[in-house]
Amino acid sequence: MSQRTLPLLIINLGGEMIYILDQRLRAQDEHDDKTQRGRWTDDDRKRVMNDIVATMFNKAFLEELLRPQDLYSHRALRTVLTRLAHASIMRLNPASMDKLYDLMTMAFKYQIVLCPRPQDLLVITFNHTDTIKELVKDNPSLVNQINEAQRQLIEVYTPLSDGEFQLIRHTLLVLFQDMQIRVSIFLKENIQNPNGHFVLQTSGPVPYGFEVPGLIRCFNAKGRDVRKTRFPSGGSYTRAVRQGSFDLSGDRVTFLGTNMYGTPSSEEKDPSTTSNSKRKPKQADTTPNPLATEELNLLAKLMGGMEVQKLSNVDAGFKVNLLALDLEEEGIGISEGTVHQSSRVINIQATQDQLASTELARIAGEFDEGGSPTEGSRNKGDDLLAMMDEL
Amino acid sequence: MAKMYHKEKSIQIKSSASALYNNLSVLRIAPRCLTYFTVVHANVVNMVSASWDGLNYSHRQLQSKEGNVATSSSLIMQAAWCVLPSRDLLVLTSQKGIQMYESDGSIMVYWHALDTPETPTAKAVFARGIAAVREKYICVGVSSGSVLVFDVPSKGSNITLSEVLEEHKEAITDIASECSGSLECIADLVSADDCGLLCVWKSGEDFQLLNKIPGFDTSCSSVKLWKGTVIAGYGTGQIRLYEGVTGILHAEVNAHARWIYSLDIAPFTGLLISAAEDSWVRVWHLSLTPETNSVEIEHMYNECVTDTQICGAKFCDGDGYAFAVTGYDLSEIIRYTQA
Repeated sequence: MSQRTLPLLIINLGGEMIYILDQRLRAQDEHDDKTQRGRWTDDDRKRVMNDIVATMFNKAFLEELLRPQDLYSHRALRTVLTRLAHASIMRLNPASMDKLYDLMTMAFKYQIVLCPRPQDLLVITFNHTDTIKELVKDNPSLVNQINEAQRQLIEVYTPLSDGEFQLIRHTLLVLFQDMQIRVSIFLKENIQNPNGHFVLQTSGPVPYGFEVPGLIRCFNAKGRDVRKTRFPSGGSYTRAVRQGSFDLSGDRVTFLGTNMYGTPSSEEKDPSTTSNSKRKPKQADTTPNPLATEELNLLAKLMGGMEVQKLSNVDAGFKVNLLALDLEEEGIGISEGTVHQSSRVINIQATQDQLASTELARIAGEFDEGGSPTEGSRNKGDDLLAMMDEL
Repeated sequence: MAKMYHKEKSIQIKSSASALYNNLSVLRIAPRCLTYFTVVHANVVNMVSASWDGLNYSHRQLQSKEGNVATSSSLIMQAAWCVLPSRDLLVLTSQKGIQMYESDGSIMVYWHALDTPETPTAKAVFARGIAAVREKYICVGVSSGSVLVFDVPSKGSNITLSEVLEEHKEAITDIASECSGSLECIADLVSADDCGLLCVWKSGEDFQLLNKIPGFDTSCSSVKLWKGTVIAGYGTGQIRLYEGVTGILHAEVNAHARWIYSLDIAPFTGLLISAAEDSWVRVWHLSLTPETNSVEIEHMYNECVTDTQICGAKFCDGDGYAFAVTGYDLSEIIRYTQA
């Protein structure tokens, strides 16, 4: 359908991925365990974030994304996102990558479904870029790169009509159709039902530009109001709040697309959209948010307990293997309400690898998942992947 | 106060409904005591025929077509039955073209390929908006804004493109023909597009544009024409009633809190059904007073389909005794009948 879906897809999914990885690495820093072979420091985390963000907002990469084209298949999409994750020194094994992919796609699906008006997809995208900018704020050139990307998005997307945005949204909804993976955080926050469907409130403010349902106005032949009648809408809707900003920076109004894993951001997000009533305020860097810790432990369970270890006596490069410790989960279903071990340590094994560029190529081979080349859409990602090899 | 409608047993379909406007079509076959339903899922149309006694269901799936390719991943935008005096045809519109089948979906009788550019352009290409008009026309809309008029013989596959109507500049969203059965109505057809423009037409060898009703830069996703009144549902959740030929606004309803996806009219009783992403299905009643040339709309009933973004809602009969609903990601057709 729409030929302009890919940039929004990659940036939003990439954003969710960054939120998750960032939170994992921060928690690692906080849970200092003497049994580890080495600590994953805050500097390491920043380095990983910088590398991934630099790849995602690379000029050539974005240009390729912005070229009008059909949407990628899930397979091609996953390959691109895996490459993104591996743009840094960190490595994820296939099982962890599977779970990470499930988690980020369900998060983005939630945002698309709940999106109040189709054009708010752009605001959701900007929530992601805003938060990413905050994460890499110590790197001004990277912030500039993100700003430049945002300018391009503004140029391409703001002229589109609501109908054209809806087409983009419908195209995305086809991609995510039938994905009903239950995510523990969503279940706990009453965002998702046990059957996997998202909760849709029939209350709260109507989207910007809408009227509250309940009024019938009749006119005469001259266009004059002759009668107003009310009818019960069945829900409890209120008037629209202000519109989110479509500029480089500003109050986005909606919480959709912000970091739900507890990483702080400088902007106060006003929980003004319908499902946001239970959203917790952001916390400072240094104090571990107990909810975030719990969520992180859930994440640890989701991702099979990534093991991070840093070998102190290694003179070669950093290669990180995320080993699946926890194999109890069945398939891709996420376990329902569970006991968290708040003292559970998340360990990530890391060894430095100076041959990072060839590593990327090797990983590409690893994740190419040999076997039968299915859809012709596998070819769609090839240009993009080839370019990523050169980054 | 008793509820106007109550829920019936749902019909399971082979795959879930996609988020598309007007994603449900119903064909009632009284002589065989059957009702056919179609629901679009990506590149496939799920067809189910249900016997009125509720005992027999049979399923069929139709796939989108693309040139000479055996199986196509081309996405289908809409599927709808076109009821003509001599025959019923099932029409599918996709990114690649327009397919027409015999009403039971057994044989494809016609294929019209859209002009698709060599390299993808920023503007999407697809067909959307389907209506049967008078005795022998089927009109289909295109993303460029054109409305294609096909001449359909009473039988056989000699269907031809007779005219292309170029009034809209934005993608067609929906098309509807006069459904009251009255021959007195001047207007035969209304077409709607993504900027909310409504064009009212008279059919014939050459279709004639009767009126253009401007929009408000908001997509009109679903439209109906009944006794000369245009009923339009918009992305802003509003429903507007216009006099087709003159463009006079009769009524405006703040009907839904989210984008409207589907409207339908029960022509014998003037019942109107509207459904939106806000999970609500609402039933209204239209009454026309020819003496004062006024149209009134009255709210009758609400039904909330919990946690569902509704994408199709249609009456199953001309009186509005029963209606059916589809929702994004739902693999069932939910039915309601009057209590």
